Amino acid sequence: MRRVLIWAPLGFFALVFALVMTGLLAPSDRAVKSAMVGKPVPGFVLPALVPGKPGVNSAAFADGKPRLINVFASWCVPCIAEAPQLMKLKQQGVEIVGVATADTPEDMANFLKTAGDPFAAIGDDRIRKVQFALGSAGVPESFVIDGSGKIVMQHIGYIGPQDMPKILAALAGVQP
Amino acid sequence: MIAEGGLAALWIAAAMALVQLVLGGSAARSGAEELMRATRKIAVVQGLLALGAFLTLILLFVQSDMSVLLVATNSHSAKPLIYKIAGAWGNHEGSMLLWVTVLGVAGAGVAIFEKRLDGKTLAATLAAQAVLALGFYAFLLLASNPFLRLDPPAPDGQGLNPLLQDPGLAFHPPTLYLGYVGLSVAFSFAVGALLTRQIGPAFARAMRPWVLGAWFFLTIGITAGSYWAYYELGWGGWWFWDPVENASLMPWLAATALLHSVTVLATRDGLRAWTLMLAVVAFSMSMIGTFLVRSGILVSVHAFAVDPTRGTFILALLAIYIGGALALFGARVGTVTQGSTFQLVSREGALVLNNLLLCVILGVVFIGTLYPLVAQAMGQQLSVGAPFFNAASVPVALALVVATMAGPMLKWRKDQWGALGRKMMLPAAAMVTIVVVLLVAMPGTPIVPLLGLVAAAGLAVASIVPLLGRKLRRTPIHIYGMVLAHLGVAVAIAGMASDTAFKQERLAAVRVGETVAVGSFKAKLTEIRPIIGENWSALEATLSIRRNDGDPFRLQPQQRYFSQPVTTTSEAAISTMIDGQLYTVLGASDGQGRYQIRMWWKPFVTFIWLGGFMIAFGGLLAMVGRIRREMRSEDEAE
Amino acid sequence: MMVKPKHQRLALALAALAAILGAGGLALSALKDQAAFFYAPGDVAGKPLPLGKNVRLGGMVEKGSLTHEADGVSIRFTVTDGKAKVPVAFRGVTPDLFREGSGVVAEGQFQADGSFAADNLLAKHDERYMPPQIAGKMHKTETLEK
Repeated sequence: MRRVLIWAPLGFFALVFALVMTGLLAPSDRAVKSAMVGKPVPGFVLPALVPGKPGVNSAAFADGKPRLINVFASWCVPCIAEAPQLMKLKQQGVEIVGVATADTPEDMANFLKTAGDPFAAIGDDRIRKVQFALGSAGVPESFVIDGSGKIVMQHIGYIGPQDMPKILAALAGVQP
Repeated sequence: MIAEGGLAALWIAAAMALVQLVLGGSAARSGAEELMRATRKIAVVQGLLALGAFLTLILLFVQSDMSVLLVATNSHSAKPLIYKIAGAWGNHEGSMLLWVTVLGVAGAGVAIFEKRLDGKTLAATLAAQAVLALGFYAFLLLASNPFLRLDPPAPDGQGLNPLLQDPGLAFHPPTLYLGYVGLSVAFSFAVGALLTRQIGPAFARAMRPWVLGAWFFLTIGITAGSYWAYYELGWGGWWFWDPVENASLMPWLAATALLHSVTVLATRDGLRAWTLMLAVVAFSMSMIGTFLVRSGILVSVHAFAVDPTRGTFILALLAIYIGGALALFGARVGTVTQGSTFQLVSREGALVLNNLLLCVILGVVFIGTLYPLVAQAMGQQLSVGAPFFNAASVPVALALVVATMAGPMLKWRKDQWGALGRKMMLPAAAMVTIVVVLLVAMPGTPIVPLLGLVAAAGLAVASIVPLLGRKLRRTPIHIYGMVLAHLGVAVAIAGMASDTAFKQERLAAVRVGETVAVGSFKAKLTEIRPIIGENWSALEATLSIRRNDGDPFRLQPQQRYFSQPVTTTSEAAISTMIDGQLYTVLGASDGQGRYQIRMWWKPFVTFIWLGGFMIAFGGLLAMVGRIRREMRSEDEAE
Repeated sequence: MMVKPKHQRLALALAALAAILGAGGLALSALKDQAAFFYAPGDVAGKPLPLGKNVRLGGMVEKGSLTHEADGVSIRFTVTDGKAKVPVAFRGVTPDLFREGSGVVAEGQFQADGSFAADNLLAKHDERYMPPQIAGKMHKTETLEK
């Protein structure tokens, strides 16, 4: 009896450890996804935010070319971290459309100077209307749009090197 | 260059910890004097180096050196100085550096001040402390380097997050860390004593000030955290049972049990194995708490910032330390001889009961906190909230209050039921009085808060009883500490019960000029106006409030909008009165000229935090008293 | 009632064991009644509803579904996960990040008519999509989320 009691704490700890380990290895994925996936991009027109870069008109998305909408902001730290990945996507010929939320031209110009500029267009979504219309609640988020203007994938959070294959596959999957 | 200096100091400190481990280990084995002296010196050097690295990081934050990644992501040159400094530990890397710094400095403190413990046990303790430190150095240097450079440097920082510019948040984590790390010293003492099998009053007296100190900081941290959540979140609640709060409550419960059992060991040489076990458990709870908070595995519904690498690293450290200590416990405790015995009705008996009940509460909180993980392993999603914790812990807590009343009245070793009964007359009278008063004056009081108020009244009186018949001038300081802490428990419970039973709430949509009433208060919305702050704009409501027919006063709750990053926060406006607080929140507008106003009248809610600080300072008094006493003499009579 | 040292030690160990088991029993019995399960609308569609229990309902606030009652403090909206919809009623101050089209977790009970009475709303927290390297400011946001 005493032997059992002496080792009981260690046994109990091992049990808890195993439990926590499973929790860590299989993190639950209950993030609320946008209901917009599978639907056409809602219609919107955003004015240009920075000089020399066009704004965004969603009507132009149905031109047969897939593209990536990147909802971002200059004040968002993860957006800086994902910039190198976006640059790589651009080098591979992906057209990236930026939706800048709650931002100002000066801050954005600074951001583009330091973090790099992978964007073909940047729309000024100062009141975050388009962001919410897309079903995005935070920055950064990215949406893969197919050639007909349909949202085929939503990526919540920053795009890390580990996310690249997934993004590229989604873009390739909708290649005409 | 400064950042590299800090990094170098960290590496050397890690090397010193390794040396400390080897020296301490061999000193504990051989008992050689020179080795022991060398171990002490190395421990001091290691502590100073860690402190140096931490001060370097603070300097980088003060200078706003944007070529350091951590500074660029967590600070901003326009931040007030105090938040630049606090920014140093308001992030993962910095807080881990703070942790290891406190660990190192505490180890140095043990090396310098600990004179009572036999040399071998002290050397083993310092070796154990070095093992703990090494793990965290490895974690910092390999997985979370705080001095990482950013190339090219950022033009300015990203850390103007208004939510983090809050004095409560700036100083809350370090306070808890001081508590956690204090418990690590108790843990190291326990491991050292297990290694040398020197478990007795001398060991307990060496450990006790550390336990009391850790407990003081934990109590302060929990109390301040509770008040912070209360005024900042705008929900009028003071305890939400969320995993982060539980992570600080669990070590506190274990430390509370430990500081009572260590007294039995110091005074009566009883509960040897149990005290060792509690020392291990208390630190384990600190580690598990840190792990839960840092790994993010418990916020399953909102899990975004989960970092498996980091979580795995802390989990591995946890497994090595706790598993190792428990294995050592299993292997050695059989050879620990039995301490002195006692009768059921005695001070020891009451303290054992206290320990058991605290462990039951700890178990309940632990299970409730981790249960979502169990469910997830079985394929279910669920969350465990306040209803569970209240239902499962409050009855046990009430039983614990009764044990707390009786404990200090009992004699060590052996006492009589009759004697206890006579001493309990006074508290019993107070309890009966409160029952009668409440039943007559407040007939609708719900049963649980009613019991809480009764228990609080009984404990308030019972906690004074140990002072009766003593010469107050000659009463040792630590007795005052105990009285103050127990009285604080009574005061805090009274506050919780009073708020639960008697709070009044009102939610209404009103136009300017209209009036809302709650309790004996009438609040007239006189104005809604926009105001501009440093980095926010806000809508501010002006409420002109009268209590009955008293003089009007103003409260101005706000809805604040921050632009960088975009955030909205409710700034509650609170008026503190002698008998409670009036708590007002401004909600959203309905677009047609009406604004949501939410008001609570919370009678005696302030007692919760007043009680919390009384408990903490009771612990501080006890610590000071014990240290003074130890310094004066080796006399151990209670 | 003087006890032998050896027996007292065993008695204490057993008491500790009993305390732990007691805690476990207490916790499990309370968990049966009090744990709040998490559902998405699609989880309960066409199935018997978990009536009379505190649960959490998570999803998106459907566009155009938010209506305010005349009292100015009650709202109704629809939560959807793309598969099914659940109408939700709530009285109180909505959280800062509560908007149409954004994520929400509602705490409350399902009603017999298939709707959901929320006691509390938790909005999905914004700007939290931190990459692992710069995550860490978790304390505040977790507390906010309760």
